[in-house]
Amino acid sequence: MSAESAAIQLTAKDYASDQDVRWCPGCGDYSILAQVKKVMANIGADRANTVFVSGIGCSSRFPYYMSTYGVHSIHGRAPAIATGIKVTNPALHVWLVTGDGDGLSIGGNHLLHVIRRNLDIKILLFNNRIYGLTKGQYSPTSPLGKKTKSTPMGSVDFPLHPLSVAIGAEATFVARGIDMNTKHLEYVLERAAAHKGTAFVEIYQNCNIFNDMAFEYATGKDTKDDTTLYLEHGKPLIFGKDRTKGIRLNAMDPEIVTLGEGVKEDDLLFHDERQAEPSLAYLLSRMHYPNFPEPMGVFRAVERPTYEDLLVGQVNEAVKKQGEGTFEKLFDDGETWVVN
Amino acid sequence: MVIATQTKEAERGTKQVIALEEITVRFCGDSGDGMQLAGTQMTSTSAIFGNDVSTLPDFPAEIRAPAGSLAGVSGFQLQFGSHKLLTPGDRVNALIAMNPAALKTNLCDLEQGGLLVVNDDAFNKVNLAKAGYEANPLDDEGLKRYRLFRVPIDKLNAEATKDSGLTGRAAARCRNFYALGLVYWLYGRPLDPTLNWIEDKFGGKPEVADANTKALKSGYYFGETAEMFPVRYQVAPAKLSSGRYRRISGNEAVAIGLITAARLAKKTLFYGSYPITPASDILHELARFKNYDVRTFQAEDEIAAITSTIGASFAGAFAVTGTSGPGLALKSEGMGLAIMTELPLVIVDVQRGGPSTGLPTKTEQADLNIATLGRNSEAPLCVIAPATPADCFNMAIEAFRIATEFMTPVILLSDGYLANGAEPWKLPDVSTFPKFDIKHPQTGDAFQPYQRNDKLARPWALPGTPGLEHRIGGLEKEDVTGDVCYEPENHEHMVRTRRQKIDNIAATIPELEIHGDLHGGELLVLGWGSTYGAITAAVDRCRNKGLSVSSAHLRYLDPMPRNTGDVLRRFRRVLIPEMNLGQLLHRIRATFLIDAIGLNKVQGKPFMVVEVEAKIEELLGNGNGRKS
Repeated sequence: MSAESAAIQLTAKDYASDQDVRWCPGCGDYSILAQVKKVMANIGADRANTVFVSGIGCSSRFPYYMSTYGVHSIHGRAPAIATGIKVTNPALHVWLVTGDGDGLSIGGNHLLHVIRRNLDIKILLFNNRIYGLTKGQYSPTSPLGKKTKSTPMGSVDFPLHPLSVAIGAEATFVARGIDMNTKHLEYVLERAAAHKGTAFVEIYQNCNIFNDMAFEYATGKDTKDDTTLYLEHGKPLIFGKDRTKGIRLNAMDPEIVTLGEGVKEDDLLFHDERQAEPSLAYLLSRMHYPNFPEPMGVFRAVERPTYEDLLVGQVNEAVKKQGEGTFEKLFDDGETWVVN
Repeated sequence: MVIATQTKEAERGTKQVIALEEITVRFCGDSGDGMQLAGTQMTSTSAIFGNDVSTLPDFPAEIRAPAGSLAGVSGFQLQFGSHKLLTPGDRVNALIAMNPAALKTNLCDLEQGGLLVVNDDAFNKVNLAKAGYEANPLDDEGLKRYRLFRVPIDKLNAEATKDSGLTGRAAARCRNFYALGLVYWLYGRPLDPTLNWIEDKFGGKPEVADANTKALKSGYYFGETAEMFPVRYQVAPAKLSSGRYRRISGNEAVAIGLITAARLAKKTLFYGSYPITPASDILHELARFKNYDVRTFQAEDEIAAITSTIGASFAGAFAVTGTSGPGLALKSEGMGLAIMTELPLVIVDVQRGGPSTGLPTKTEQADLNIATLGRNSEAPLCVIAPATPADCFNMAIEAFRIATEFMTPVILLSDGYLANGAEPWKLPDVSTFPKFDIKHPQTGDAFQPYQRNDKLARPWALPGTPGLEHRIGGLEKEDVTGDVCYEPENHEHMVRTRRQKIDNIAATIPELEIHGDLHGGELLVLGWGSTYGAITAAVDRCRNKGLSVSSAHLRYLDPMPRNTGDVLRRFRRVLIPEMNLGQLLHRIRATFLIDAIGLNKVQGKPFMVVEVEAKIEELLGNGNGRKS
């Protein structure tokens, strides 16, 4: 626990800045903001040592609404800004807020590289499968055929799946939450906060203006139990209203089976978020509605040295081996001569 | 210029020794022939001997173009002298050509009567064909204009290295040192510096050290014993101010200057960069100095390079990104963010021929416009330019002085000529450096993110400081509070304030100095950046001829020194030589309404002194420009 929160226990409200929140009424971002502030209080985050970094888009207004340090940067570049901050001062807790357009389209390159480097930062990708701030064009996660202002006959772009991308980029922590399931989102965010390394969290977020009901299948009272599957480490993959359905591995492919009809729990696929190889996490990331329930929770959580630890480690090693640099040694390249 | 002729009894026969004030030598050969190494060795040796030196490496963009091809020719020119040198020399006095392609591409720069040493063995059918020669040019009457020495370097080198333990191709690779040894003899250079270098470099590989040593010495003795060379040359040590010296290139000087600035301020140095010619050596150099708390970040692209740097600056580092033209173009939006967030940042642009990929390994000065103007909206920042390789050190420190004092990005405009060129550098006295008194607001201080001081700089409050939590970003800021603000009057106020802040820098930089007639005269030659040497040398020559010409050199482009207009108006005419189509010229015309004249060269090569000299004489012809 930090010095600040040790002195006074902060509540979620203490993490709000004095700025008016300007998202559209009913936007899923409100729920995510509330959960993040709650998690800040839960983990006793020190406002002075916390930095929220974002790019451009609706989600990227996020830092303005937090009472921590913050940078609202330029489109897609938040991962690089965060890298500079973290490398300069590894003691800071850096959170990165991005969206499906900011993170996967204009900033796709940076996202890949920050993940593979495993900087100790937390990335929250708000996925609403649409461009909101520019008023409703399709995004890299919009489904094929999506009709928008820029695709009146339907999109011909094949969509990316954020978690598959993150796993392909060698992510050490991958998770998914959903704006409406606040309790579970809180859990996922706390797990991300506790991870040492890049934590990548995709959050399904409803844009009620330009892509309303995009996740209705996963949040609707009548459908959600059959369309989502909540992952638990070491537990079999079971879902459904009566928890009678499960996921079994058939050769390399997952299949939906019903428990009891000759199928026991032990026959099901068991979740293991700590597998060294990401094959299972990747398989889970490929399970999509309507063919499969979409997994929620922590897909993958493994340990790997962080970029900043390795980088600062080399600086320390150089100091140990060569001593602290002096001006004399800096200027003298070993081939000097004297003029009298 | 010949200043004395004497004959001297050498051990074998009589060899004439001619003393000269300066000599320009160029080594050229295949890019795998080790010409850059031969050139840098001769540079170091001449510097250690006491001469002033100035160098011009010239290499192809291809790492290994096909052997023997014209595209694969690599050259290294150096001038050494007994007086202060301003350029690597216009005309080459001695050309060492290792193959036909090298001869073909470099002969045009050799002076009439100049020394031409060729590797005779390389002038075979295959190589001649690759260079496009139908007949062996060495047999051509045309070469009678030069003093041609056909030396079978391959054979002699093979003979010299045969007992070294190296064979075949490995031994053949010592031929550059054989040629170097011969040139050392011709110009009375000591062997020790290069022998020491061989020992340092190849100490762990005795056979390699032995072969290179034998090649160097054999080349030297060949000059002495063969009856081929009737003359040797001497260049006495220059009268440089006393002190300890090293050879330094512009890129090395930038790197060392950046580290020096960070150390003076007791700050971490963060360098975010994407490899690009000719700036990559700054990254390489900095990566060697981690024990100075240098944190280098090889970014995934140019944009990540600058934005990581912005993050590092926000967190309190001395933050730098380095690049060349194409990279600077990609960094435009990032620079805009740094201007909006008013964070200290240094952007090193080592200019090269463009547009687009252009001429990656060749020099140009055509990024002045993009540096000063190349961003969306009103986006002023400070632009400065070093004048010589060693000046890159001073200006790197100055870049950080300005960046941190005014909370602004600063572009340091180097170029390929400065970056790869080298000169002797007197190791500086640390006590003369500027003090970096960086103050970050502390907990309890009255703090507003955009509350400005008398220079209009905002406070640099660092994450980690309790009580100063604030948010910055690319949206327009309200004056003082830094909150997001769309008010029309506030926007205009902030636009004007950002410009005024850059203008305020002028009060803290040196005035523009006149080299020549302080009270003015017929012609002022105004330069910026790497044209300093050629301009100053040309003006000196013309003044010695009695012409009324002076020069002034801008090391600050935005803002310009506060007396710039005053200096320009003291002269009837102003000439601006630039390696572009007139970018400073347009700026001078627009700012001061002065009808300056351009001298523009865009060939990927620096100005020769004679080119500037000829233009001055043209303008001051008919006796108009004689001083009374």
